[in-house]
Amino acid sequence: MTTASPPAVVPQRKPSVPKRRRASAALWVMALAVTIPGAAPIAHLVWTVLRPGGFDAGGIAFDRLAELFGSTTLLVVTVTITAVLLGTTTAWLTTRTDLKGRGVWSMLVTLPLVIPSYVGALAMLGSSGNGGVVSLALDAVGLPKLGVFHGFWAAWGALSLWNFSYVHLIATPALRRMDPALEEAARGLGASPRRTVFDVILPQLRPALLSSSLLVALYVISDFGAVSLLRYETFTRAIYTQFRGRLDIAPALFLSGFLVLAALVLVVAEQRNRGRAGLAARRPTRPPEHVALGRRARVVAYGFLGVLVIAALVLPLVTIGWWAIRGTALGNPADPVWAEALRSGGGAGAAAAARAVAALPVAILTVRYPSRPARMLEAVSWSTYSLPHLAVGLGFLVLSIRYAPATYQTVVLLVIAYVAMFLPQALAATQAGLRQVGPSLEDASRSLGSGGFTTLRRITVPLVWRSLLAGGALVFLTVMKELPATLLLRPTGFETLAVRIWSASSELFYTQASVAALTLVGISAVPLYLLVTKDLHR
Amino acid sequence: MRRITGLTLALALVLAACSGADQGDTTTTTTATTTTGSDTGEALVLYSGRNENFVQPVIDSFTAATGIEVDVRYGGTGDLATTLTAEGDASPADVFWAQDPAFIGGIAKQGLLTELPDDVLSLVDPRYADAGGHWVGITGRSRVMVYNTDLVAEGELPDSVWDLIEPEWNGRFGVAPTNGSFVAFVTGMVLTEGEERTLEWLQGIAANDPVIHDGNGPIVDAVVAGDLDAGLVNHYYLLQRIDQLGEVPARNHFFPSGDPGGLVMAAGAGVLAGSDQQEAAVDLIRHLLSEESQEHFLTLFEYPLIEGVEGPEGQLPLAELPTLDISLTDTADTLEPALELIAEAGLT
Repeated sequence: MTTASPPAVVPQRKPSVPKRRRASAALWVMALAVTIPGAAPIAHLVWTVLRPGGFDAGGIAFDRLAELFGSTTLLVVTVTITAVLLGTTTAWLTTRTDLKGRGVWSMLVTLPLVIPSYVGALAMLGSSGNGGVVSLALDAVGLPKLGVFHGFWAAWGALSLWNFSYVHLIATPALRRMDPALEEAARGLGASPRRTVFDVILPQLRPALLSSSLLVALYVISDFGAVSLLRYETFTRAIYTQFRGRLDIAPALFLSGFLVLAALVLVVAEQRNRGRAGLAARRPTRPPEHVALGRRARVVAYGFLGVLVIAALVLPLVTIGWWAIRGTALGNPADPVWAEALRSGGGAGAAAAARAVAALPVAILTVRYPSRPARMLEAVSWSTYSLPHLAVGLGFLVLSIRYAPATYQTVVLLVIAYVAMFLPQALAATQAGLRQVGPSLEDASRSLGSGGFTTLRRITVPLVWRSLLAGGALVFLTVMKELPATLLLRPTGFETLAVRIWSASSELFYTQASVAALTLVGISAVPLYLLVTKDLHR
Repeated sequence: MRRITGLTLALALVLAACSGADQGDTTTTTTATTTTGSDTGEALVLYSGRNENFVQPVIDSFTAATGIEVDVRYGGTGDLATTLTAEGDASPADVFWAQDPAFIGGIAKQGLLTELPDDVLSLVDPRYADAGGHWVGITGRSRVMVYNTDLVAEGELPDSVWDLIEPEWNGRFGVAPTNGSFVAFVTGMVLTEGEERTLEWLQGIAANDPVIHDGNGPIVDAVVAGDLDAGLVNHYYLLQRIDQLGEVPARNHFFPSGDPGGLVMAAGAGVLAGSDQQEAAVDLIRHLLSEESQEHFLTLFEYPLIEGVEGPEGQLPLAELPTLDISLTDTADTLEPALELIAEAGLT
């Protein structure tokens, strides 16, 4: 974002045919500059697989690849479906029904986002089994104890519980902004309520559901902590196993490259399917009407929301809190984690700010000047996100050792990696903001003789400021929780809260882990609060 | 826009300020008493496969005594070994401190470690150091089987790891096959039993429905809680757990001498050949072998390796621990086959 770049003026305006407009070179330069650092590791990983002899050099048997592919796909599909069902239901219940306390419920089902899935998984382990909190509570009332959570069902449960809130977060505004006139028209034409849902509401929700399911699916592919703790083998876990068990980085790189290729397919498929996403752009003149729930439906709804909040929010917090209290009572050391907190917060903040800035040129390019190259650019940035952070981390590790040793193990590289990984999060929010604003004001600015950069600074940025902030908050939240890439790329001595939780818990220092986890949750609640109040209940 | 850019810069500054060596900034007391190393003002970089509770106190005392700052990169031994391999000569690390002899041996074999001076090597029994002098053992640890006393009767305890592939142990024990200590144990097994027999054992284990974990800690936890009957781990996890929780229904079972299950390993440290602070790096290792540091390791129940410091209270002395008659140096040669056999057996 430098003023040194020439303010490219668009010479002839053709407001009547906006499709023909071309992006300025400066915009392209900026967009490429923020995309390439993230794209380089992908390119490298893909190359390790596709280069001649790459397959043999990887040293991974085909059977093994197929097995990992199967187990990963199973988890991705089941978790995505579950999360979409849960998130859409909570969004609908809290926006379109006459339930009491909808705002509070909406906040409560969003809050699980502050719990990283590996902390959730740790808490699941801490609540189940003979010594688990829930087991002890069940035992106290004469019920059988829970078995230790592990394997597919545990991983499915953990990833669904700590991901459905993304769907809720994205589906809620979409439901809120839907024009009630369409539903009324449908009903007026004799459609049943059920048919209205399927023929009118769901098609309008489609873009939101598609992009949130992509978000969830990519998160599941990427998850490393929860599946490791709950002992379910996925690609990402296998990559880590290879990395730490081979004294050679090649097999891990090979598996990472293979996974990138698979993820790219997913991203392209979503882009193909999104199609005409312009439906939600117009703001309705009045709020949608609320469906009156019957008595039984109301009980079921409260029960559903209650169980969800207990499982995703209350139980993990109780378990972690219990560790902290028990450990302190037993006199186990639990130093405060201010330095870690500062690093986590600082890293996340820097990444969020850098990201919010970096997302803008790509967002403008894709929304205002849609073209095939622009779409490719967007796909490239999404694919970095889709990569397991572990794979991105490995790619950055190898590339920086080889080509940029001065950046290796520095905060700069870490922030670049965060930015590369979380571009799409900020991108999606910024794009949505741009779409809502519409190009007419910018056209007016240009027609009055302002240059491209002036228009950007005086018109576009002030208009999408909220979206930039929302995107930044989301990135902050995610970076706070990020584990594997931080493990690989952090400067020596740069222990973040996530790293602290991970290492302390693997050495059984639960008291230390719980203090760090509670701190992490506390800090994450701040951007989430901003996000929710800004985005959902505006 | 300018506000965001400004914010980014401000945050970057904060980050730069809180990166580096401020481990809770307790060690600003720079009372340089025996400053020796080439004092470039640059901090030493230690890659530590040992955890922070184990390491940080002795690092702090080193800094207090010498004025030399040490940045410690904590991680799994395997993670750090692969990282070192990828870094090669360009590694920022000065010292590598591993959990087991096999991975540090693998690093030495790549020529990445320099020879340690004799006065350092002579501090410990040659059994616990590299024959080529590239690493020296800092503490000793023993492979054991931890078991829950409510779930496993004394009479059931196996005489050999070979018993664990029998049907009566089906589904009752845990292993951490991708963990450095397990790998090191397999390298020992390959040395005494040969590759074929080792593969046979690994496949037998894989077929006996073991509970697979990533590390020793969770296995010990599961055994202590009674969720698992037994597990192959290192001896000190249980002792630390007892120290934290008080009495628990679990014990360590030692396999008899000569059984591959009972390897006594050295957790060794070495100096990177590419380090530009060789002297300070060697000083750090010397400090790890000081009486003061060794006493600290004792509080976490590992075996001190220098003369004159007793082993953990209530435990067999180091010399009486059952072990294998192998050279730990040779485990570096069986590392590659061990890793391949573990993968071939499908233990991941």
